Amino acid sequence: MKLCITSTGNTLESTFEQRFGRCPYFIIYDTDSKEFDAIENTNGDSAHGAGIGSAQEVVSKNINVLISGSIGPNAKQVLDGENIKVYKGTGSTVLENIELFEKNELSEITQAGKPHQGM
Amino acid sequence: MNISILSGKGGTGKTTISTNLSIFLSENHKNVSYFDFDVEEPNGFIFLKPGIETEKKVFKKVPKIDKELCTNCGECSKLCKFNAISITPNNSTVFEKLCHDCGLCYIACPVQAISEILREIGKIESGKSKDIPNLNAFRGVLNIGEPSGVPVISALKKFLDVNSINILDAPPGSSCSVINTVEDSDYSILVTEPTKFGLHDLKIAVEVLRYLNIPFGVLINKSDEFDFIIENYCENEKIDILGKIPFSRNIANKYSKGDILINSDVEFTKHLRDIASELEKRLIL
Repeated sequence: MKLCITSTGNTLESTFEQRFGRCPYFIIYDTDSKEFDAIENTNGDSAHGAGIGSAQEVVSKNINVLISGSIGPNAKQVLDGENIKVYKGTGSTVLENIELFEKNELSEITQAGKPHQGM
Repeated sequence: MNISILSGKGGTGKTTISTNLSIFLSENHKNVSYFDFDVEEPNGFIFLKPGIETEKKVFKKVPKIDKELCTNCGECSKLCKFNAISITPNNSTVFEKLCHDCGLCYIACPVQAISEILREIGKIESGKSKDIPNLNAFRGVLNIGEPSGVPVISALKKFLDVNSINILDAPPGSSCSVINTVEDSDYSILVTEPTKFGLHDLKIAVEVLRYLNIPFGVLINKSDEFDFIIENYCENEKIDILGKIPFSRNIANKYSKGDILINSDVEFTKHLRDIASELEKRLIL
């Protein structure tokens, strides 16, 4: 299974980022191989629709699950279209969130939050 | 002749000046029209009370993707600077409110899967008040939740009559909406109040007008003993002061009831008359 965690940095020890559309990095983590990739998010300085751009970006990485803090309605619509589940991260680092997810301790976000929360 | 009224700062009295000046001018000139360009909150009609005689809907073009033809190649989405289209392996979605109607996606699509549809975003209303038969009144109304008033402003501008004296009541601030309203004005009246906030926003509005090369003068509304902060600035910048309207509780009372001030408030009428004659000197109305 492939997870995407929003992050402030490019390592597993980096601080977890609450924002989705404008997070600095996406950490793509494979739960089977335990390997990860850090992708810089180029949508951070979009004037509009950062969430839509970011959602397309992570969809293109064939992820199964997204772990983030808050997610807006437009991004949620894009992710729902590809059946990607979204979980609310509660750990302080990327790694902590991966561990919490694997222990089944994160709750799923079924409804989008308010737009522009991460502005 | 287009005379725009703007302020930089909200709440300085643009609509009070625009509506009353329109009525005053309509008493002396044949063709005067009032235009409310504050499409997010057009409140000029509260004071002019025209009967709405015509209504015209305003539409915006947005792309529609034919899912049968779309190959999900993603070219349109990659090129869209506004993130208004999302293409993922199993889906294509247009986010209509983010679309700026630039037309690039239609050209980018290699299989012609994108066509135009029209979306209603607001309307233009016009009419005449039975008490003020010489004055035409127009306003743009943007639907609630729409992100940009510019298409409604552009549609309203088409009603400006070159043979008429058009008073353009601009939106507050100095955003795209304001610039779209005031460009092509023959003259602008900058309404300000003698406060630090008034001065701060006045400076930004002055920059806008100088950039657009529009001649302008300043009107100090809610005038009091702190007028010097505006006067000193205008003197240093060599900006004309058209006149002053003193702060008055009586004016505030009438405004809150939606009453017109001209010909009912003696003080206000006297000041507005002086301002209008200053304006007439500059514009050969």
